[in-house]
Amino acid sequence: MTTAILEAPDTRDTATEAPAFYLRDEHEHADGGSTALGFWIYLMSDCLIFAVLFATYGVLGHNYAAGPAPKDLFDLPLVAVNTSMLLLSSITYGFAMLAAYEHRQTATQAWLAVTGLFGLCFIGIELHEFAGMIAEGATPERSAFLSSFFTLVGTHGLHVTAGLIWLVTLMVQVRRHGLMEANMRRLMCLSMFWHFLDVIWIGVFTFVYLMGMLR
Amino acid sequence: MTGHAAQTGVHAGLHPDGHDHGSHRTYLTGFALSVILTAIPFWLVMTGVLANNQVTGLLIMALAAVQIVVHMIYFLHMSSRSEGGWSMMALVFTLVLVLIALAGSMWVMYHLNANMMPGMTDMSRMP
Repeated sequence: MTTAILEAPDTRDTATEAPAFYLRDEHEHADGGSTALGFWIYLMSDCLIFAVLFATYGVLGHNYAAGPAPKDLFDLPLVAVNTSMLLLSSITYGFAMLAAYEHRQTATQAWLAVTGLFGLCFIGIELHEFAGMIAEGATPERSAFLSSFFTLVGTHGLHVTAGLIWLVTLMVQVRRHGLMEANMRRLMCLSMFWHFLDVIWIGVFTFVYLMGMLR
Repeated sequence: MTGHAAQTGVHAGLHPDGHDHGSHRTYLTGFALSVILTAIPFWLVMTGVLANNQVTGLLIMALAAVQIVVHMIYFLHMSSRSEGGWSMMALVFTLVLVLIALAGSMWVMYHLNANMMPGMTDMSRMP
């Protein structure tokens, strides 16, 4: 009696094959094998955020409302120093990744620390620039040009700050657990994030600072 | 689990995903190229060698585009083969969207600006 009841659904299942809309038997995936592509797609969506902010700056960047123009505000030598900080941090992060692939943990940590220092310098110089502008009365609410400028450059600065927090977190992780596979994956994601921010900065220093000085 | 460990052991030094991650030589090449590509536009603008601002503007935009490609290849290791071509696909799709967003807004807003009443755009002359 009980066996008949238990067997009944079994036989019916094989008799009428239900249509399958998905792969029944899960094929093997390497742990985190699709993380790189997923993170790349996140970066592309981040790229769209910056595209919209660039477009906003492109539209509003000429509206000074009788306030200060780029020529009155921007200090190109300072921007050049800032750019070199970010560029240097990009290559030191590259060296950290190379050391990590060679399983040299101390060297990885050292290069990560150097990268963090360059990143801190970048943020410090940027905050110094912002503070100087605000002290001169060039605040975000002064004109449409300044609103869009602070939004665009500030969003990039926030990204770099988030990257720095992530970097410190990863340094602690590597110190605790070593260069295990999961940590390598995390390091690779931050590497993509960090180099991506450098790419965005190319757009910022060209489109905002250099083009601003030309008009 | 042991099979997985053996697999990673075979590919020691390689990235888990199997795509290349550059070497000291490629990183230094990329760095040298981007230093040059950064220095030229700053030099052009700071010294003002070219009398025509429009030519300088177009030149530094072109140099920025080249530098972005250099970063993509040498630092982000982009190639048509990485992730089976899907990351390149996502990049091309994003570039199309970025182009539409940038060119579209500049074009539309320029026409709106140009069609405003004369004198309205120059706020400094307003009472």
